[in-house]
Amino acid sequence: MSALAWLLPGLPGVTGVLLVLAGGLRRGGTGHGAGLGRDGHGGTRPAGTGHVRTGQGAGREETGHVRTGHGAGHGRSGRGGGAGGLAGRAAPVGAVAVAAATLVLAVLAAFTRPASSVPLFAGLRAGVEVDGLSAVLVVTVSAVALAVLVFSAGDTRELSAENTRGPSTGGTRELPAGGTGEAGRARCRFFGLMLLFTAAMLVTVTAVDLALLLMGWEVMGAMSYALIGFLWRDDARVRSAGIAFVTTRAGDAGLYVAAGCALAGTGSLELAGLAAGARPWHDLVAAGIVVAALGKSAQLPLSFWLSHAMAGPSPVSALLHSATMVAAGAYLLLRAQPLLAVTGWAAQAAAWAGALTALLLGAVALAQRDLKQLLAASTCAQLGFMVLAAGTGALAGGTAHLVAHAAVKSLLFLGAGAWLAALGTKDLRELRGAARRHRLVGVTFGVGALALGGVPPLSLWVTKESILSVVAERSPALYLLSLVAALLAAAYSAKAVTAVWRPRDPWTRDDSERRGTGRVGRLEGLPLPVLALAAATLGVVGLPPVFEAWRRLLGAGGEPGPGGDGLLATGITAIAVTVAVPLAVRRRAPEAPPLLRDWLGLERVAVALVWRPVMALARSLARFDDRVLDGVVRSVPRAGTAAARLARGRAEAGVDGLVRDVGTVTARLAGLARRPQTGQVHTYFAQAAVGLLLLAVVVALAR
Amino acid sequence: MLTVVIFLPLVVAGGLAVVPGLGDRVVVGVWIAASAADLLLTAVMWLGYGGGIGYEARARWIPSLGAGYHVGVDGLSLPLIAMTALLFLVCAVYSSGRTERVRQYAALFLALQTVCTGLFAALDLLLFFVFFDLSIVGMYFVIVGWGHGDRARSALRFFLYTFLGSLALLLGFIGLYLGGGARTFDMVDLTRDPPFADAQGVSGLVLLAVGVGLAIKTPTVPFHTWLPPAHTDAPAAGSAVLAGVMLKMGAYGLARIAMPMLPGAWQRHAWAVVVVGVVSVLYGALVALAQENVKRLVAYTSINHMGYVVLALGAAGLTAGDVQARRLAVSGAVTQMVSHGLITGALFLITGVLWDRARSYDLGRFGGIAAVAPVLTGLTAVAAFASLGLPGLSGFIAEFQILAGVVGVGLPGSVIAGVLSVCGILITAALLLRMLHRVFLGGPGELTPRVLDVRPRELAAIAPLLALSAAVGVAPRWLLDLVEPAAAAIVSLVSR
Repeated sequence: MSALAWLLPGLPGVTGVLLVLAGGLRRGGTGHGAGLGRDGHGGTRPAGTGHVRTGQGAGREETGHVRTGHGAGHGRSGRGGGAGGLAGRAAPVGAVAVAAATLVLAVLAAFTRPASSVPLFAGLRAGVEVDGLSAVLVVTVSAVALAVLVFSAGDTRELSAENTRGPSTGGTRELPAGGTGEAGRARCRFFGLMLLFTAAMLVTVTAVDLALLLMGWEVMGAMSYALIGFLWRDDARVRSAGIAFVTTRAGDAGLYVAAGCALAGTGSLELAGLAAGARPWHDLVAAGIVVAALGKSAQLPLSFWLSHAMAGPSPVSALLHSATMVAAGAYLLLRAQPLLAVTGWAAQAAAWAGALTALLLGAVALAQRDLKQLLAASTCAQLGFMVLAAGTGALAGGTAHLVAHAAVKSLLFLGAGAWLAALGTKDLRELRGAARRHRLVGVTFGVGALALGGVPPLSLWVTKESILSVVAERSPALYLLSLVAALLAAAYSAKAVTAVWRPRDPWTRDDSERRGTGRVGRLEGLPLPVLALAAATLGVVGLPPVFEAWRRLLGAGGEPGPGGDGLLATGITAIAVTVAVPLAVRRRAPEAPPLLRDWLGLERVAVALVWRPVMALARSLARFDDRVLDGVVRSVPRAGTAAARLARGRAEAGVDGLVRDVGTVTARLAGLARRPQTGQVHTYFAQAAVGLLLLAVVVALAR
Repeated sequence: MLTVVIFLPLVVAGGLAVVPGLGDRVVVGVWIAASAADLLLTAVMWLGYGGGIGYEARARWIPSLGAGYHVGVDGLSLPLIAMTALLFLVCAVYSSGRTERVRQYAALFLALQTVCTGLFAALDLLLFFVFFDLSIVGMYFVIVGWGHGDRARSALRFFLYTFLGSLALLLGFIGLYLGGGARTFDMVDLTRDPPFADAQGVSGLVLLAVGVGLAIKTPTVPFHTWLPPAHTDAPAAGSAVLAGVMLKMGAYGLARIAMPMLPGAWQRHAWAVVVVGVVSVLYGALVALAQENVKRLVAYTSINHMGYVVLALGAAGLTAGDVQARRLAVSGAVTQMVSHGLITGALFLITGVLWDRARSYDLGRFGGIAAVAPVLTGLTAVAAFASLGLPGLSGFIAEFQILAGVVGVGLPGSVIAGVLSVCGILITAALLLRMLHRVFLGGPGELTPRVLDVRPRELAAIAPLLALSAAVGVAPRWLLDLVEPAAAAIVSLVSR
């Protein structure tokens, strides 16, 4: 069964690479272009990155290969727009089929629990294994990816047509905007990147050692860069993508250090053995892992990148905010929970970071005016609960929350994306009445939002309580914080659901951001009810017998599971807040503090404290390099030249003179030399004394 | 066989120089064929290599001085020889469209190929030195003959500076000759019985001379200032060879000569080497971040990347630390030499495409090239991510081994050095994405309409480098199986 372990990420990974390559084929149809097509395959292959590795030796990939290779092959023989066009049409079908196959493989892997490893470095093996936690994750990741890809297959505008439009800021349009060909290639690229993104997450959640985990982890970051900046003509989006990548990589640096420290402490990179290392190594490993996870999961103080991640197309947000990317940080902490517990302080740090993020980013979410920004901040806040769970040892509760949140958040982002595509806006005031115009989206979005708010009997109500019941045992202060955070969750969810379900009013406006299509496609609508069903019912995990089985599946310790009193209390509060918010809003919504609307000003702080000083340092070092360091080097030949000039100008011209002078000088010296020869003893004596004195001084100095 | 690999290009170069009346197309064809044959022979050598010193060949040369023609390959030199052969082949393919004094250009590059291959194969200090100096001479003519901008000045600066370095190196080699009991320049003998076993002070001075000579070539901060102007004014293929192959000569010399022959001195001064490595990593990355010229930017990232190699080699001398981690670091250093050759070679050829189209390297005058040259953009994106160490490409395999190895040595100082160097990969990420954004993405720039997409010969030159980088990144064992025994040998030699 070991092949299955590699095949699982390998299938989407290899297909993704091929789709990206097909998307890279250029439009030229002449002989020149044909040659390019042939070589283009070798050329852009490296974009595939870590996934081909995981697919090595796996036979079944050939299905994906053939299927997508088909579109690419035709694309190559076709001319101009046809190349991208055909591949563009084939790409969504192929990607959805591969995602479906991946889901089947994931379920298969969840039952058969395959494991395999290959040598990577001397004495260090890289392995993948599907254990209980990984089984849950691979199924979640594959299922959400499938839902998002089905939605994307229906969303034709945002991915392709939009991309060929010039930058929203206007500017010159002399560059060829491209027709269907460019749009088709863009679709190929999009679906390829999404599959690679998924594959990277699958590697991350099945890796058994830090090296392979870091590979999946970083490739995922790079794919998020490519997807956030997918509409690359827009400078602001590319900048956002860069901020997201660099910020998360700042966290990733922690994993490099953690890997080195694990090597020093245990002589191995295996995740399972991390807790065994001696002090100070396991402390350093834990610190590196916590930093990396906080960065990836957009926890305080690195939350701001997630606001920028909104620059990507809506399906990207739906995947990035639910089962991949941000979820990876929470997963890593849940996986490393034994290590955190051994160090003590790392568990505390994670718990506090999580709780504070849940609280503060909850407040940020409540202050947003833009639906996607509200959802983004709520992602940080909800991930805060998972990080809190990892810090307090609520492994089963945290994992349940991760799964349920993945369903909820992908549903909400797809809903927001559907409206953005149809109505051309994501401003909460302008969206008023949106739910009534598109009922399917409205109802499913409503279910998701109420679940997000923790309203009974929906899923997050139960899973959150299964975390809080553990927190309550550990620390009253943390429990209090998380209760307030839960209250805020109910409030921001109610704000979102109220905004879209309120009847139209003068504020309602369409097409303020872009021209909407006015309709929600059938494929776009397809995954919404399924996700809504999951969002509504995943709470069954809280039933005592189910929770018991869940705990065994994950190998978690004695967690109490959601308690009756707690459920009652948080449930009633959530309902009360959900009812109160629309009433409050109806009267006049209070203006939110700018600090909260601006994500606590975290980005400005990071720019002021890190980016500007680094840039200033870079510029001054560059000047130092040019002027001082290079100046010294330049001055050497300059000094040489100057010396030469001196020799030529003064000495050479005077060489003759010198020779002439020698005679005169000698004669004069002779005259001088004659003067002491007075023949008088006292002058000789005086001369000897001066000479001796000089000699003594020289000897004394020389010593 | 090794001798054939070394001198085949030179023989062909001689032929090109003397046979009259060859057309440009014929010259280019012969050039590519000779380089391809050399690469093929190297591949055969790789497949047939069985461990230890392979393909050893000896001949009398200057017996009175104890110097001979002695060549051979091992896990340290063979990957570099293969990388050299590939890089010269792709440079030939890339340059096949040149029209300006093609015959001399081809002959010069072929001769340079012999020099570079010979240096990596040399097992005699004098032979090494001769190739070392000839490489400087050859590159001088490449820059001054086919460069652009202020090429005469840059070439002269390059020549004088690196020639000065080679004089320091010669001084060191003479020291090694005098210090050894056997009075020989043979590397194998000197490695077996390291000179100055009981003269700490003198061995330190000899290490200083050898170290400075090689540090100039590598280059490490503060001996790097010849590099940016040389690169900026060199033709693209010249830059690719200079950065891809010739920078490796310095680091290779450290691993081949300084570490095994002066193990005691290397151990005593290992911390100094580590510091030089860390400073090069951070300084190179920071200065690159502030560049407004694409080619200078890539040149400074070379200083950063070679800094990791120096760091790892320094960490290998920390004998108080964990031996497995030190082997990992050295294996990473050798991987980095190969990986950097591939990636930087590709990046310099890409900047050559930009120069060819727009006669400019100015970051601010480009933008949105993806619209007019999608394939070039794709290649650049892959090369940039490879350079910033993305997993799945060779840079990660190299840098992960180095960073994990250096931290894993397990001394407080090495952990600090590792943490500081990790900052380097972060700055590199920022600066390469910034370059990608300003040149290739976003709105169109002033010169963007002039940028046509890659021509077939350009693609055929750049793509194999990146494909090989991916091959190392995805399945590194084929390379590491060769490198790891050599790395272990270096660590045990330097630990004596």
